[in-house]
Amino acid sequence: MNTIREAITRAHREEWARIVASLTRRFGDLDIAEEAAAEAFATAVQRWPTDGVPPNPGAWLTTTANRQAIDRIRRESKRDDKHRKAQVFHDDPPESLGAIDDDRLRLVFTCCHPALAMETRVALTLRMVAGLTMPEIARAFLVAESAMGQRITRAKAKIKAARIPYRVPSAEDLPARVSGVLAVLYLVFNEGYLATGPDTDPVRHELTGEAIRLTRLIRVLLPDDGEVAGLLALMLLIEARRPARVSPGGELVALGEQDRGAWNAELIAEGHRLVRERLAAGVAPGRYQILAAINAVHTSARDMRDTDWSQVLALYDQLVRLDPSPIVALNRAIAVAELDGPEVALAAVDRLEHRLAAYHAYHATRADLLRRLGRGQESRAAYDRAIDLAGNTAETAYLTRRRDQLLP
Amino acid sequence: MQYLISVIHDQATLATPEEDAAIDVFNDRLQTEGHWVFAGGLASPETATVIDNRGGSEMVTDGPFLESKEYLAGFWIIEAADLDVALRLAAEGSRACNRKVEVRPFQ
Repeated sequence: MNTIREAITRAHREEWARIVASLTRRFGDLDIAEEAAAEAFATAVQRWPTDGVPPNPGAWLTTTANRQAIDRIRRESKRDDKHRKAQVFHDDPPESLGAIDDDRLRLVFTCCHPALAMETRVALTLRMVAGLTMPEIARAFLVAESAMGQRITRAKAKIKAARIPYRVPSAEDLPARVSGVLAVLYLVFNEGYLATGPDTDPVRHELTGEAIRLTRLIRVLLPDDGEVAGLLALMLLIEARRPARVSPGGELVALGEQDRGAWNAELIAEGHRLVRERLAAGVAPGRYQILAAINAVHTSARDMRDTDWSQVLALYDQLVRLDPSPIVALNRAIAVAELDGPEVALAAVDRLEHRLAAYHAYHATRADLLRRLGRGQESRAAYDRAIDLAGNTAETAYLTRRRDQLLP
Repeated sequence: MQYLISVIHDQATLATPEEDAAIDVFNDRLQTEGHWVFAGGLASPETATVIDNRGGSEMVTDGPFLESKEYLAGFWIIEAADLDVALRLAAEGSRACNRKVEVRPFQ
């Protein structure tokens, strides 16, 4: 019984996106593809325990899903002839794309299309590509299931009515569109990594795990893209630290206080390998590659003092040139504190006030620097502000302890 | 597949001679590449009249149906294979007329 359940779970992980993608191409309709794929898996749950797992589960599921889709189209065409006309898809089959000719890639680009709102892209990607169920996605983003269902239904209707294409974008559009896909994946990862909400787990493994799985898939589909490799490395190196990042009491553990022996050595090795690969490519790195390199420096150090901070700072300088956002400047200041002391860093942080006053990490960073400078009262006020603004339960617990440890 | 590209503007100004020239170049391109269906610029919203004859008794009102800062200044109707093509053309149109545009498919 257990082996059957495992076989279904494995088939779901491995085949879901492929089945939805090939059905979408064949029938030209995401809605039909999604429903038929879901029905095929439901049929497997019914039949496999008695009939046994078929020798080729992927082929069995694809055939079953195809049959379901055809049945539905027949039913609807009997009911309404106009409907049938709408189902016969957009004329020509998608053109062959050589090396990156994969239905799943088309599916990803459709779900992450810039004409859809960001939150819709995230939801649609998790449903269509990752195969998460509607309740799972709703729970992950703390919205009501009906609202999430509506969002996805509206998106499918827009894709159909506005004819958002089901294909890999033209070479001209590709870089911008790939970076749009990566933004979706990074958002999913971050929501898992720093989950918000007073009653949620501080880390949602299912989201970080899905983000990594999807990024691995994109890497298989676009193996030569440096930023895809960079994002994967970044996620792996952050995920590797997860076991040490939240204490058993549910409190965030700062990088300097983490038990580095608890880090996942396998993920770190894989992340480092990817970073080295990108360095060897000799192509100017993008944002994710630089962030991955920064994380590679951190995960190479035995402890906080052993960290090559000048290397970290050099990488942040490189990142500032690509992305002059105040958040990058804030993180750069943290490296400055290690090299030039908290006073120099505080001056840099204070210059960001007008842009980051509503961001908890700004106040948390100030609080820490003020504490190190012995300015207890100001530090306390900054911790108060950070606690008010932080949405993550583990982070709030950490900040509260640091504040309460300040000397009066 | 046809799309309506609406030109949205929030000031009382008409197109400058430079904008007109850029629009002409863009229109020529739409025609040579087979995307052209129809296009036009509209007079200001103050020139609009609303008629409601739903109940059979004609009601005529002076002014646009929607009072808002932003208004429809003109439009293109284009033929495009899919939304990616339409968006690319709309981006060029927005650049040419120097105004924001909205892309919407016909049913």
